[in-house]
Amino acid sequence: MELFLYTALFAPLVGSMFAALYSGSPKNIIAGIIPSILLGVSLISSTILLVLVLTTGHTLHVEMMTWMATGDLYIPFGFVVDQISVTMMMVVTLVSTVVHVYAIGYMSHDKAFNRFFAWLSAFVFSMLILVMSDNFAGLFIGWEGVGLCSWGLIGFWYHKESATWAANEAFIMNRIADLGMLIGIFLVFWNTGTLQYDGAFAAMQNLDTDTLTWIGIFLFVGAMGKSAQFPLHTWLADAMEGPTPVSALIHAATMVTAGVYLVVRSNELYALIPNVGLFIASLGAFVAIFAATMALVNRDIKRVIAYSTLSQLGYMFAAAGLGAYWVALFHLMAHAFFKALLFLGGGNVMHAMSDELDPFKMGGLGKAMKGTMILMTLASVALAGIFPLAGFFSKDLILEVAFVDHHFIIYSVLLVTAGLTAFYSFRIIALIFHGEDRHTALGFHPHEAYKFMLWAMAPLAVLAVIAGFLFKGTYFEMITQLLPATEYHVHSAVTYWIMTIGTQAFVIAAIYFAYKKYMSKDIKVPDGTSKMENSFAYKLLINQYYIPYFYEEYLVKPYRELSTVCWEKVDQKIVDASVDGIAKVFYTTGVKTRTMQNGNLSTMLKWMVAGTVALLSLAVVFGLAARYSGEIRLFLSGLGV
Amino acid sequence: MEIGLNHYLVLSTILFAIGLVGVMRRKNLLMLFFATEILLNSVNISFAAISHYYGDLTGQMFAFFVIAIAASEVAVGLGLLVVWHKRHNSIDLDKMSTMRG
Repeated sequence: MELFLYTALFAPLVGSMFAALYSGSPKNIIAGIIPSILLGVSLISSTILLVLVLTTGHTLHVEMMTWMATGDLYIPFGFVVDQISVTMMMVVTLVSTVVHVYAIGYMSHDKAFNRFFAWLSAFVFSMLILVMSDNFAGLFIGWEGVGLCSWGLIGFWYHKESATWAANEAFIMNRIADLGMLIGIFLVFWNTGTLQYDGAFAAMQNLDTDTLTWIGIFLFVGAMGKSAQFPLHTWLADAMEGPTPVSALIHAATMVTAGVYLVVRSNELYALIPNVGLFIASLGAFVAIFAATMALVNRDIKRVIAYSTLSQLGYMFAAAGLGAYWVALFHLMAHAFFKALLFLGGGNVMHAMSDELDPFKMGGLGKAMKGTMILMTLASVALAGIFPLAGFFSKDLILEVAFVDHHFIIYSVLLVTAGLTAFYSFRIIALIFHGEDRHTALGFHPHEAYKFMLWAMAPLAVLAVIAGFLFKGTYFEMITQLLPATEYHVHSAVTYWIMTIGTQAFVIAAIYFAYKKYMSKDIKVPDGTSKMENSFAYKLLINQYYIPYFYEEYLVKPYRELSTVCWEKVDQKIVDASVDGIAKVFYTTGVKTRTMQNGNLSTMLKWMVAGTVALLSLAVVFGLAARYSGEIRLFLSGLGV
Repeated sequence: MEIGLNHYLVLSTILFAIGLVGVMRRKNLLMLFFATEILLNSVNISFAAISHYYGDLTGQMFAFFVIAIAASEVAVGLGLLVVWHKRHNSIDLDKMSTMRG
């Protein structure tokens, strides 16, 4: 079985290195196909492991080799396949395989095709390290690897300044959060003496609440960065600068879910500190509605989907914070399927429209792109949580969790968000695929994507439909062997039906409203004159609550000025000056003493005599000192030395 | 007044100092050789005097060695000096700086 573990883990690395071999040469289709096949191998191995874990309940724990062993510190390269990590492995490898196959078509006209696959597979490998590691140090390696690969992929089109800016923003934001994460890991080691999950969590049961709270907070800061929670969320929308398959990968499988995974993995820790859990849940609910409102008005389809991810991550954290870890993980899985599908569909639209992203300039694309329309509509229905698609089972479960735990504020916030989610999802669907044809007048001639790209998306569509009702029972059985098996049932049947039907009705009403509003004939490309566009609320939302502006104005600019001062005053005047000073001393000494060696015999003789005299005097001084050492010591002790 | 060991040693020291100053100050190669001879011979005086003082002939034997070596050294040195003088028509030390450092 270890063989399957290693295959699942290292196949993407091999694929990445294979593609990297071609990174300097012109586009070669092999560089895309081999990594995709290897990821398929990884997917098959993960499936075998899943079947093993499902049927036997056994978990797999291997130690590949020792990484660090000094004193009390012992960190192995250890990997674990248990119920949590096998779920993550399935999600990661499945979505990644689909994305790889899709990207062969999507990137087929790109000059840096080979480099793209090298980064993409490395991304998946990092994520697998992250989820399979059996200790915090290995998790951190994967964590940083994911950060690095996201940098390379968001800034993939590095000739665009906006892309490099977005890549740097994502990288720096994540570094800020990683500092918190690192402090958390240090605290874990400091207090428990080990970084292995089982040992550390076992030792945490005996720690006092204050320490645990700090550990929980710092680890969550790391999770906030990677999962783009407020206030570190701005990078996620800007990361849309990368190629669309990357967005799909980041949002569904390999990056933003890492934070949720961390919290789920640390469930034993967070179970001990319910206050931090409540904070996580509140922040999650806040982010859910906060992101959803921004998605309402945005005029960039990829950004709308990005805000929707942010919002759904809020749901996951709300569930995890309330102790419903298995629900959070379940929503992560279901969300991965339909969110990847949405992004890949968005990529098709983007290709069809020659990289135009404003849905107001589209309209009526459904005629030319029937396949994409069906897939994206399916994904949106699943996202909105309509029965019986995946979103219904996972998202409504989170609402129930909040309700059953009597957190009614969180419940109502999440309920409103569910309506907003439905509205903005179908806003873009209606604007892109239905209504009046607005693109022909602008000179676009949309065409459907390659057939194999659509077929590659099909498995995701199937999963988005069936993942909920088919997997929920089995999944619950499996995952609760490791996670707290709390079932969330509304006690009275009447309340349950009112809630469920009410939510469904609310969501459907939101969808109907979106269709009605955005399919009408008088939708035009907004030009900034309409009454709505000049309202305060619209301005607030389209500018993302002015948060990027605030960061730029009050954090980036002062920091840049501080840096300039430090550079000009501290670095140049003090650091550089002292280093240069030392060098100058040596140089001048050299210049001055060079005259000693002028080749003149007379001068050299003089120096020779001087040297002899100096050595002789030293010999005499030391000789005397040795002879009279007793007296000297007496004299010195008399002086009180 | 009896001439004792100390007188010889003082004479030797004075001669050594004179030789040392000569080695350092003289610019004429020939004079440098003279100064070196003075240095060596000041040491010879010490050897002979101390050897006599202790009644041990080893010191005087050493003095002979020094004289022999000094003589051969001067022979080689003077040979080189003559050649140098023929070629450059000068034996000034300040001009002998072809191996400038």
